[in-house]
Amino acid sequence: MATTKQIIHGVFGDEVPMIEACKKLRASGIRIKEVYTPMPVHGIDALIGVPRTRLAICAFLYGITGTGLATLMMWYMMVSDWPNDIGGKPTWAYYFAIPAFIPITFEATVFCAAHGMALTYLLRCMLVPGAKAKNPDPRTTDDKFLILLDLKEEQAQKAEAILKENGAEEVNHKGSYVVEPKYILEDAH
Amino acid sequence: MNTEKLNFTVPSKARLFSFALMAVGLLSIILMFMNDHVDGDAEYHHTRAWSNVFAGSFFFMALSLAAAFFLGLQYAAEAGWSTTIKRVIEAVTMYLPYGLSLMMLLFILGQLHVHHIYHWMTEGIATEGHENYDAIIAAKIGYFGVFWWVRTVLYMIGWYWFTMKLRKNSLDADKLDVDINNSYHWKNIKLGAWFMVLFAVTSSTASWDWVMSIDTHWFSTLFGWYIFSGMWISALTAITILTIWLKKLGYMEFVTESTIHDMGKWMFAISFLWTYLYFSQFMLIWYANIPEEVIYFQTRWEGYKALMWTVFFINFALPMVMLMSRDSKRNFFFLMFVGTIIFIGHYLDVIMIVMPGTVGHHWTGLSWMEFGNFFFFLGLFIYVVLNALAKAPLRVKNHPFLQESLHHSI
Repeated sequence: MATTKQIIHGVFGDEVPMIEACKKLRASGIRIKEVYTPMPVHGIDALIGVPRTRLAICAFLYGITGTGLATLMMWYMMVSDWPNDIGGKPTWAYYFAIPAFIPITFEATVFCAAHGMALTYLLRCMLVPGAKAKNPDPRTTDDKFLILLDLKEEQAQKAEAILKENGAEEVNHKGSYVVEPKYILEDAH
Repeated sequence: MNTEKLNFTVPSKARLFSFALMAVGLLSIILMFMNDHVDGDAEYHHTRAWSNVFAGSFFFMALSLAAAFFLGLQYAAEAGWSTTIKRVIEAVTMYLPYGLSLMMLLFILGQLHVHHIYHWMTEGIATEGHENYDAIIAAKIGYFGVFWWVRTVLYMIGWYWFTMKLRKNSLDADKLDVDINNSYHWKNIKLGAWFMVLFAVTSSTASWDWVMSIDTHWFSTLFGWYIFSGMWISALTAITILTIWLKKLGYMEFVTESTIHDMGKWMFAISFLWTYLYFSQFMLIWYANIPEEVIYFQTRWEGYKALMWTVFFINFALPMVMLMSRDSKRNFFFLMFVGTIIFIGHYLDVIMIVMPGTVGHHWTGLSWMEFGNFFFFLGLFIYVVLNALAKAPLRVKNHPFLQESLHHSI
């Protein structure tokens, strides 16, 4: 049997009732597709069930890469290819002049970690040049907070009630679409 | 809100603990003076004992001064997050008069030749033909002597005035029912901003005058920031530990976890500032290899190697590894644990700064003297700070950012 799914926008004027609504929706087992806010709302990702970011792991890996590249570069330049004797600190071996290498190691680590993180973030969010804004309601860039829901018929009614109870200024139905049964996964949320 | 919990009374256990620390400390200071002599060196004059007393006086004075700086910084930056812990910061600054008095006492005793911490205070150091004559010090004696004393008195008056005025305005604001124009807040913003200006100059120059002049022949322009970063991180750890302790006692429930998290970030960040300056000073001197500069690290490298590495690892590697993740900065036990260790670590840093210039090659490694002496000043500090905390409600009443701080969430 084909299922109809509805797209609902719950629009709020303030973050506090929106956060309450998110908690209530999640408590009654409704999946929140996305939340759009005009400013960052701390802790919202955990509330709406977004898994914890793995960006920190990436940052560590990029940082290690930077450390490695810097060490390799300086080892090749200063030790392997053309050893120097600067201020009585010969670079016949890498460990002879380690203090002199530390600033560059540090800078390269920070450089790689920062650039790697920024690029990973942009690519993961598909924020490439020419990307179209995915904002469903332009007012969320000004002063409105929006909860985006994409639900089955029976859940949609429950969600609408919860949104209204918790002070949603508007609940907008943005149409529905039919999903063939083969595309429906058992909803585990 | 439970109003009773807004007024702090010093728990009898804590009072007893501070008295016990002071008693043990005083006893070990007496024993230290009795035991501290070097056979065959008549010029020694209990130098290690005096240097220990100097280190203790300086460390806690600098710590409360840095807390005053931190308080002024919150005003100058119009920061909202820290309003709930403002009374804790203020309480830490209230040790400043005691710290400054102890420093002044030591300076006067030095001028009376009771101790020999400052080489340039020696009699006849700039008189040609005198047995104590030192040509290098004679060349810069104009900066010491009377000029040094004028500066010292000016620093003390300036710091004392700003600290007391910041505190007084804060207490006066509490007496009003409503401060509609935020008049006291504006006064403190002005004070805080001017204090930043004063502190920017005097923190460096006072470090040169009071600490760097122990090694009178040596100089480093970066030295002031190095001392400053050390005292700043000590102040931050003291404030954090105190806040968490108060929370454990059931006070300060209004301080959010995010505020503590922010203090953890400060501890993490300023640990790196300290490492940056410590390493910069070392690396530049090591690389340039100019004899008159290198002598400073030569003495440390030869007689104080273990201490040098301990300080570096405790104050750099430990906070880096332990305080990096968000979870550890929100874990009170973790913060207390790391905070206590780096607090001691920065005291050891002061020991490492002071001892080589005074005790020099007579140093035999850390002993009960350093710890006993530390206990006395720690006890005094705890006693003064807890009493200052008890004098005012733990939450400020009329502060424009109070609500923001109560709802601080990150």
